[in-house]
Amino acid sequence: MRAFAALLAREIRLALRHPADTLAAVLFFVLVAALFPFGVGPAPETLARLAPGALFASALLAALLPLDRLFGADAEDGTLDQLLLSGLPRGGIAAAKALGHWITTGWPLLAATPIAAALLNLPVQAWGAALAALALATALLSLLGTVGAALTLGARRGSVLLPLLVLPLAIPAVIFGAAAIEAAAAGLSPAPFLLLLGAGVSLAAPLAPLAAGAALTVD
Amino acid sequence: MLEVHDLACLRGDRVVFSGLSLRLSAGAALLLTGANGAGKSTMLRILTGLLRPAEGAVLWRGEDIALDPAAHAARLRYLSHQDALKPALTVAENLTFFAGLTGGSVEAALDAVALAPLADLPARVLSSGQKRRLALARLALAPVPLWLLDEPTTGLDAASVERLGPLLAAHRAAGGIVVAATHIPLPLPDAQELRL
Repeated sequence: MRAFAALLAREIRLALRHPADTLAAVLFFVLVAALFPFGVGPAPETLARLAPGALFASALLAALLPLDRLFGADAEDGTLDQLLLSGLPRGGIAAAKALGHWITTGWPLLAATPIAAALLNLPVQAWGAALAALALATALLSLLGTVGAALTLGARRGSVLLPLLVLPLAIPAVIFGAAAIEAAAAGLSPAPFLLLLGAGVSLAAPLAPLAAGAALTVD
Repeated sequence: MLEVHDLACLRGDRVVFSGLSLRLSAGAALLLTGANGAGKSTMLRILTGLLRPAEGAVLWRGEDIALDPAAHAARLRYLSHQDALKPALTVAENLTFFAGLTGGSVEAALDAVALAPLADLPARVLSSGQKRRLALARLALAPVPLWLLDEPTTGLDAASVERLGPLLAAHRAAGGIVVAATHIPLPLPDAQELRL
């Protein structure tokens, strides 16, 4: 537990020292969201219809950006060897990495969601549901992405392989997340969809770190 | 305490070494020497348990380390040829992270490698010798019985190599084992030598 806390604290401290990585993901998110109005035209109804899906696609793509360095940086400088010998189980290392990714990438994306939602003309009554759905979806992506990052560690062109592995698995998150936002925009309860997303997170929370830990190997 | 039986290692299709056996008791030191590519680093990785040998076994107190890798990891400190430092963190923060993994006092460890005055500098401004000393400071955190050192003196000045002497002597006096791969003489009196 102490080793887990030490690793998580270091992940957060490193992200604070290198804010450019987090900032790049947030700016990417806002810019992709800003591209949609240019592409489909500024008609408010068309935009609002597109907004839930566009918001989700941009957020998940942005959250993928820092994933290819999740284990890569530690593997290159020898820290991964030390982690594997630290007594922290491999699943624990992966869990700390996933939680660290969610905190350092997922949370900043949530903070930028109102900007992206405004750019996409999402009705204000759906913003709460959008935040809740994105919080769950980014957590799911952090968990799935950790598995992808562990699997592609050391692979040539790993950064291309990673989205190909992870994004198909994130499709349910996009479906239920966008449905939750649409329901809220239409004045209905988003709860059923949020619960389904939550079920996905609760399923991935124990399983993904185990899978990622099993995939973690050094040369 | 540490025994190696009939160890063999393959890299690709090439046999790096084979039929290697040795036995180290408490307080012993072993120097691994040999040309580049002779398998010194590979041998150390096998001793950590991170790499499985192609043949043979590594035993600790008669028990195969592959049976319980976590227990073996807890009794060793491994210094690879990489320093495992984060350039953005300060000297003290880098070591605090490892102290969080293994326990031990950061101040005492920094004192042991004479880096205490630089504690608040980011690791990226350190010279390569100072980075190596910071990596060596991990040895002075919590005591463990087995030290595996891969070229511990790379980049170190003469004074720092000498400072390593008391650290190694104290470890061996407490019954610890040192296995070091090296090209230059280390302050390890009556160490066995294994030429790979």
